[in-house]
Amino acid sequence: MVKGVVWKYGKDVNTDVILPGRYLDSYEPDYLASHALEDLDKTFAKNVKKGDIVVAETNFGCGSSREQAASCLGYCGVQAVVAKSFARLFYRNAINQGIAVIESPECVDALNHGDEVDFDLKGGTIKNITTGKTLKFRPLPSFVMEILEAGGLVEHLKKKMAK
Amino acid sequence: MAYTIAEKILMRASGSKKVEPGEIVNARVDVAMSHDNAALVSKVFGEIGVPKVWDADRIIIPIDHRVPANNIKTAEGHVKIRNFVKKQGIKNFYDVKEGVCHQIMPEHGHVLPGQLIVGTDSHTTTYGALGAFSTGIGATEMAAVWATGELWLKVPDTFKITLDGKLNDHVFSKDVILQIIGDLTAEGANYKSIEYYGKAVDAMSVGSRFTITNMSMEMGAKSAIMEPDQKVIDYLKARTVAKYSIVKADKGAAFEKELKYNVGDIGPKVACPHAVDNVKDVEDVAGTEVHQAVLGSCTNGRVEDLKAGARMLAGKEIHKNVRLIVAPASRLVYLEAMEEGILQTFVKAGAIVINPGCGPCLGAHEGILAKGENCISSTNRNFQGRMGDTESGIYLASPATVVASAVAGVITDPREASTW
Ligand code: SF4
Repeated sequence: MVKGVVWKYGKDVNTDVILPGRYLDSYEPDYLASHALEDLDKTFAKNVKKGDIVVAETNFGCGSSREQAASCLGYCGVQAVVAKSFARLFYRNAINQGIAVIESPECVDALNHGDEVDFDLKGGTIKNITTGKTLKFRPLPSFVMEILEAGGLVEHLKKKMAK
Repeated sequence: MAYTIAEKILMRASGSKKVEPGEIVNARVDVAMSHDNAALVSKVFGEIGVPKVWDADRIIIPIDHRVPANNIKTAEGHVKIRNFVKKQGIKNFYDVKEGVCHQIMPEHGHVLPGQLIVGTDSHTTTYGALGAFSTGIGATEMAAVWATGELWLKVPDTFKITLDGKLNDHVFSKDVILQIIGDLTAEGANYKSIEYYGKAVDAMSVGSRFTITNMSMEMGAKSAIMEPDQKVIDYLKARTVAKYSIVKADKGAAFEKELKYNVGDIGPKVACPHAVDNVKDVEDVAGTEVHQAVLGSCTNGRVEDLKAGARMLAGKEIHKNVRLIVAPASRLVYLEAMEEGILQTFVKAGAIVINPGCGPCLGAHEGILAKGENCISSTNRNFQGRMGDTESGIYLASPATVVASAVAGVITDPREASTW
C-alpha cells in the first residue's frame, strides 16, 4: 500500500499534452519528469510527489506511441493511472514501464482532485482517505502483474532470460 | 469457425489452431520498424543484455522525425542509431534523406499481405492497406521484440466498414476517413481491428487507401485492414520479389459492428482544434483565417496528394499572409514530383518545399506555430500544441482544401475555389 494524492483530469488526455513532441529529443529521466503534463497542467511537474496517482475520464493517453508519455509519469513518481478507459498504446507502454493502469469508471467517479488515497495494487483497492470510502477495482491479469512486480518489461525479461 | 483477416493473421503468427477476440496470444513478428526512437529502443535492448538481435533482416529503421537533425541531442540520437545498425548488421536502414517511415516501408517492399508487422509509431496501422496486420507498440516492447522476435497481443474484435458509391469531385479518401472518425469518435474503435470493404475502396488508388488505414488509428484502432486486390498485387510487383499469400476473411466471420457509407454523400471535411473527431463540413468553417498550411506527411504526402494540391493552384499565388510548406513523403515521391514539374509549380506560387520527413507534422522543426496562429494541414493529428504554441490551432483537411485555403488566406471550400 502506498499513500498518495489524486491529480484528476478530463477525457481524451492525449500524448501531446502528457509529453509534448518538443521534448522527445532526450530520454533523460529528470528532463522528461520536469515536462510531464506540461501542456495540460503547468503545476503538475513541480508539485507531484512519489506515490501520487493520476485519475482521468475516458481514452487516457490517446495519440502517439511515444513511450515517454508513460515513462515521464513514472519518473515523476506516479504509481498508477486510474481512468474510465485507456488508449491501447498508452496502456501497453505504462505496464511495460511498471506503472499500474486501472480501468474503473466507479473509482474515477469516487475520486476528486487533491484527495488523499491509499493505493493497494495487489488487493485491488483504493482507500480514499479524504472521503473515507474504500473503492474496489478488478485485479489485472496475472501476466501483467508479473511485469509490474518485476518493475517493468525489461526487468521481467531479464529474469525470464536468466532462467 | 469463420475468422476475420486480423484473426487469421494472428492465428498464423501465434501458431494457434483457433483464436477468439479478447484472447491473449504470443505472436511471432514478421517485420519490426522503428524510426528515430530506435535510439531509445537500442538503449533498452542493451539493458536486456542479449548481444544480437533476433533477426537483423526483419528489422527496418528509417530516421525521419527530425531530419536533418534539428539540435545536438537529436544529432547524438542519430549517431547512436547509425552505430547500432552497423554493429548489428541491419541492412534495411534508411538515413535522414529517405523520407517518412510509413511511406518508405511499403515503397521499398517491406510490407507484404498476411504479415504481422509492429512499429514504434502509432500510425503503423497504415500498412493494412496492403493486407497486413500492422500495429504500433512502445519502445520497450520493441526492445523485447528485437531480443526475442515475439510479443503478446490481445486478439481484437473487428469492425466492418463498407464504403460504397463514388467520390464526388474535390472529395478524397481523407474526407471519407474524417467523416468516419467524426461519427465513431476518437475512442470509437479503441482496441478494435477495422476491415474496410466496398466498391469505393476498390476504386481507390493504393495511395488513397493508405490515407484511410493511416488515420484509422485516430479512432483508436489497433489495425485497419483492406483485402488485397489486383492494384495491390501490381503495387508489390514493382517493389519486391518476395513471396506472400493473401489472407481474406472467411464467409460468415463475426464482426462486432458493421457500418456502411455511400461516399457520394460525403463532402470536403475539416477536423477542427484540438481533436481529430471534431469534424465539420468545410462550409461551416470557411472563412477562418490561416497563417500556415502544410501539405505532406505519411497521411497525404504522396505524388497524388501533391498533384491534387497543385491542381488547386491553377496559376494562382499563395496568399501573402500564408506560409505553404510542402513536404513530400519520401525521396522517391520528391523525385517524381520534381520530374513532373509539381514542385516547380509550388515554388513558383510561393510555397516552401522542404526535405522529405515528418517536419512540421509533430512540431519538431521546419514550421512551428506561434501563439494565436492557425494552420491548415493535410497531416493526421491536431492535438493542442502539436505544431507549436498551445494557443495555436490545427485544422486537418484534404490536400485540395489545404492548398485552396493557402491561396485564399482563409479556410476555403475546394469546390468553390476550383477552376475545374
Ligand atoms: S509524418 Fe507525422 S504522423 Fe506521420 S510518422 Fe511522421 S510525425 Fe508521425
